[in-house]
Amino acid sequence: MAVETVSPRRQRVLFGVGIPLTLVAFAAFIFWGFPPLYGLFWDSTCNTIDAWLVCSNFLQRGFTAGALIGVAAPVVGLYLVNRQMALIGEALAHTAFGGVAIGLFIGAAVPSFDYPLVFALVAAAIAALGMQYIAVRTEGYADVPIAIMLTGGFALGIAIISYGVVFSTRVESYLFGDILFVPFENVQLMVALTLLVGLTVGLTHKQLLFITFDREAARLARLNVWFYDTLLIVLTALVVVAAMQILGAILVAGMLVIPVAAAMQLTSGFNRGMALSVGIGQVAIFGGIILSYVWNIATGAMIILTAIVVYLWALVYVWNPTVGAILLLGSVLVPIYLTSVVLGGLVTVGIVGIYLLVSARQ
Amino acid sequence: MTPPITVENVSFAYDEQPVLNNISMTVEDGDFLGLIGPNGSGKTTLLQLMLGLKKPDSGRIELYGTRADKYKQGTRLAYVAQQSTEADTMMPVTVREVVRMGRYAHAGLMPLSETDGRLVDEALETVGISDLADRKISRLSGGQKQRTYIARALASEADLLALDEPTVGVDADSVEAFYDLLGELNEDGMTIVLIEHDIGVVIDHANMMACLDGKLYEHCETQQFLESGALERVFNSTHGLAPGQLGGRA
Repeated sequence: MAVETVSPRRQRVLFGVGIPLTLVAFAAFIFWGFPPLYGLFWDSTCNTIDAWLVCSNFLQRGFTAGALIGVAAPVVGLYLVNRQMALIGEALAHTAFGGVAIGLFIGAAVPSFDYPLVFALVAAAIAALGMQYIAVRTEGYADVPIAIMLTGGFALGIAIISYGVVFSTRVESYLFGDILFVPFENVQLMVALTLLVGLTVGLTHKQLLFITFDREAARLARLNVWFYDTLLIVLTALVVVAAMQILGAILVAGMLVIPVAAAMQLTSGFNRGMALSVGIGQVAIFGGIILSYVWNIATGAMIILTAIVVYLWALVYVWNPTVGAILLLGSVLVPIYLTSVVLGGLVTVGIVGIYLLVSARQ
Repeated sequence: MTPPITVENVSFAYDEQPVLNNISMTVEDGDFLGLIGPNGSGKTTLLQLMLGLKKPDSGRIELYGTRADKYKQGTRLAYVAQQSTEADTMMPVTVREVVRMGRYAHAGLMPLSETDGRLVDEALETVGISDLADRKISRLSGGQKQRTYIARALASEADLLALDEPTVGVDADSVEAFYDLLGELNEDGMTIVLIEHDIGVVIDHANMMACLDGKLYEHCETQQFLESGALERVFNSTHGLAPGQLGGRA
């Protein structure tokens, strides 16, 4: 009994000091630690591989932002999906788009305020808290408020854009996502958001899981369910804003939901499900970016389509592991085969060419 | 010693629709209370009030001497609801992960310790599902699932276990084994409050009975309860059942 009364107080002191310190450390890292690390990593990668894919500044920023989203979005998404809240992300993203519109409008008038993502963050956070308020009032995340918020936020954005003078390419980059349009400050913002999401989930994973799985029992264990619900929805808002750069307001929810849906097919445990969701998220991001580069297709769309292909494959694998394995092997071997055919052809042509050249000289 | 639950003159209504009317009762330490009554008689509401999940409109409810809705020591309470909540039919979560939840309220924001892990293993052992520990909970049978929730309650070292019709949709053999397990836990000192529609099962295992239909018809020891005729009065008045259909196995 004595141990139980002392340890929460020690915990409170530990976290009361530890969390602010960690946040300060985060800020220091993002401003001073991250940029040199980022430069070091990409320079060395570029030196070893030397392909345009990893040497282009645009794609370097895109890959970094993508990798961060590929971690944060599935982690938060796993809780959302298991609470039947999959569409919350979509509603928040559309509201965030309203915030972007306001930000662009103000930014056009006052250039020193030209940070649309910060406005998006504020709009999404307000929407998240509003959603939570409605949910408490109506005892659940009903689809009618979600639909109203989704369309309402979007309508507000369109209204402002149609009124103000805003470059349409910038608007489009927030609507559909644009990997070539990620400024370095936004990469920094994404690092910050991802670290914040990671820290929060790391600390409160147990509570979030308990409430997700068995709400009544969690209330009985005297967890502050309202607090953790609010925390989760605010985290969602953060992730959505971070992901909007790459995927666009319209496609953001896909990254919260699809990798999680695929992972849920393949695993029986929650923690393993989280690891697998992140893995699938990374596959979707990197596969999507590379394919979009190879085939010259919009990146956001390609990321989501790649994620869906992984999901469909997971369904096949669960239905029949042999067929799944063959498909996986095929998807690896066929490109290798095709590449080797092409390479073999080139080598043959080369050898024949050299032979002809040599024989012509003689 | 303060009794686990005291209920004094409690009334409760959902939007002007009265559900409970002036209920008073006490659950003593080590009791196994069977709470019975027809559908819509307010059993679940009373249980939720007792556990502090709802506030009474009037009257007073105390958990271990503290007002129930202000009671903070969640670690002393455990709850097993009717099975098949939406989450446990699709969510990927293993049996061990569910049982570990019993330790969450103890751990707070800290990671679980080795002691926590040992208690989880012991709980799995006690209810006899160690071999299922890494299975997905949705793959388990109804009886196995309910054992998992009992293991979670054990792992949390709860003193008071509340169950709301825990064996709906569980096959007959597993129901027997489940109630034997509850009986053992009760003998080891755990206080149990059980809502159950199968009156025979309650009569076999509970030492106290309470019969509810908006108001409390009878609350006393099981044998006394059977002789009191409360069952017949409640069920006859609302459902017109013949007395012989009730408590058949007692």
